[in-house]
Amino acid sequence: MKVLVPVKRVIDANIKVRVKADNSGVETANVKMAMNPFCEIAVEEAVRMKEAGTAEEVIAVAVGASSSQETLRTALAMGADRGILIETDETLEPLAVAKLLKAVVNNEGPGIVIMGKQAIDGDNNQTGQMLSALLGWSQGTFVSNVDGSGDTINVTREVDAGLQTVTLKMPAIVTVDLRLNEPRYASLPNIMKAKKKPLDTTTPAELGVDISPRVNVISVNDPPAREAGVIVANVGELIDKLRNEAKVIS
Amino acid sequence: MTILVIAEHDNQSLASATFNTVAAASQLSGDIEILIAGSGTDAVAEAAAKIPGVSRVLNADSAEYANDIAENIAPLIVQLAPNYSHVLAAATTFGKNTMPRAAALLDVQQISEITEVKSDDTFVRPIYAGNAMATVQSTDSVKLVTIRTTSFEAVAEEGGTASVEAIGGTGDAGLSTFVSQEVSKSDRPELTTARIVISGGRGMKSGDNFPLIESVADKLNAAVGASRAAVDAGYVSNDFQVGQTGKVVAPDLYIAVGISGAIQHLAGMKDSKVIVAINNDEEAPIFQVADYGLVADLFEAVPALDSELG
Ligand SMILES: Cc1cc2nc3c(=O)[nH]c(=O)nc-3n(C[C@H](O)[C@H](O)[C@H](O)COP(=O)(O)OP(=O)(O)OC[C@H]3O[C@@H](n4cnc5c(N)ncnc54)[C@H](O)[C@@H]3O)c2cc1C
Ligand SMILES: Nc1ncnc2c1ncn2[C@@H]1O[C@H](COP(=O)(O)O)[C@@H](O)[C@H]1O
Repeated sequence: MKVLVPVKRVIDANIKVRVKADNSGVETANVKMAMNPFCEIAVEEAVRMKEAGTAEEVIAVAVGASSSQETLRTALAMGADRGILIETDETLEPLAVAKLLKAVVNNEGPGIVIMGKQAIDGDNNQTGQMLSALLGWSQGTFVSNVDGSGDTINVTREVDAGLQTVTLKMPAIVTVDLRLNEPRYASLPNIMKAKKKPLDTTTPAELGVDISPRVNVISVNDPPAREAGVIVANVGELIDKLRNEAKVIS
Repeated sequence: MTILVIAEHDNQSLASATFNTVAAASQLSGDIEILIAGSGTDAVAEAAAKIPGVSRVLNADSAEYANDIAENIAPLIVQLAPNYSHVLAAATTFGKNTMPRAAALLDVQQISEITEVKSDDTFVRPIYAGNAMATVQSTDSVKLVTIRTTSFEAVAEEGGTASVEAIGGTGDAGLSTFVSQEVSKSDRPELTTARIVISGGRGMKSGDNFPLIESVADKLNAAVGASRAAVDAGYVSNDFQVGQTGKVVAPDLYIAVGISGAIQHLAGMKDSKVIVAINNDEEAPIFQVADYGLVADLFEAVPALDSELG
């Protein structure tokens, strides 16, 4: 079975983003970029499936500018076998990405697609569900455990009420949550080896997919700032402030 | 124009998120209708019909909707959507799982987790863990939108007299089957609607120490939350997690205990009215958003808080 893993290049999770002065978006020039943390977890899961013998090949795919090659190389260094870059400089919305991924799925015929539940730039949490819909496959979202192989798998989903277990008919889309695994760091020898692994490039036009945006971004602004607070000396003062100043406890 | 709200429920009663979703719908122009997709949902449909401002309730009572399986509910939304200008659901795990599947089948680009309605086609939503707010305009003819519940104050539960109409099911897609659900039982208020929340982080050192904050929670009638680090370490279960990838809360009072204040945690609580931080590191970033900071060892401060609250 082939495993397809879509990976997105985003601003590193540890960076505090800044809104551009002209309010057209956030500053990305000279900002540290990284693989979306949820995608790292997806790559790790796929590589573990290969190591366990349930998968033969792990294919990483990224949609984005040529710089996304770097993100694909990271996936290859973690253990993916080859990469596909769908190169475009256009703004990408989840529906468009899902359509592009559908085209890749049709070309490659994976038995499962493992991807992040959410990209931490747009915080959309849509692409996996959309891809699953377009393919008519089952979907296991926000997954913290994957069990079994064959015609069906069981996944544990992190839902608001707790944990839910669902059986998915294969082929399936799995979107991963933080507690599924701890992604490995790529070793130096593996980073060197990754440079020689195959990386193909295609385009939305070659895949025959219209990616024109459906949503106009009118402006991007700073969130409302909180006013600086005070440091209280002790628990007694804290309770007094909460009772008599903030009036939030009785 | 008519707006369709997808209700959230457990086949017995409406979830609080539904009342927030109706509140968001009421800021759009048009009649509001509610879809109940579930099994044995007569009581839920009756409750929905009492929500003021709702003109009609569609009750899709059919076995394939019993367990919130997105593969089964999405085709129903797809079938109904052409009659509406907007389809709204809460950005809960139910809404996040279901709505994009329907959106893709309708060839619509969903707008996720809005915090403000600017007009019928323009909305504000947080991006980058709430470090930026994007104002976006949808050009799709039907708008599929999920809403952040804490940004829309719940409407009243009673006072309306909507009609209830039964509609047929769309069948089992045969893709996913529900096996089981482990629900954490608690007598405390629900995390996302509690007026007071007290959360513990890695500083709690162990799940065995959570009773320290639970005791305070009980005195304040508060819900208990946690940081991702506390959940990852197994101190408490996943449904306690507050943050970018957990639950978003905005109580009157949020007390962060032994939590450093990473941007991903702040994303889930910085809209709280009053924030208290208890941390022994005065440099901890949580103090930058706290209205009241107490630099102290939590193992002394929390028991002291507990006893002074009586
Ligand atoms: C993609 C992604 C998504 C994420 N999503 C979330 C999310 O939804 N929610 C979330 O919370 N995090 C999330 N995180 C993790 C986040 O980045 C932080 O790692 C996490 O919030 C840290 O938790 P913490 O504050 O409990 O632990 P730490 O950062 O380790 O802080 C512990 C704090 O406790 C204090 N402390 C220790 N001992 C004591 C004591 N005796 N008395 C008083 N204070 C003490 C320390 O000074 C420290 O400030 C996410 C990260 C990523 C990459
Ligand atoms: N441009 C992209 N290239 C590759 N994968 C993507 C891209 N955008 C989204 N994805 C995948 O979809 C997941 C969810 O993203 P989103 O729906 O944008 O929150 C990500 O974790 C990726 O696995």
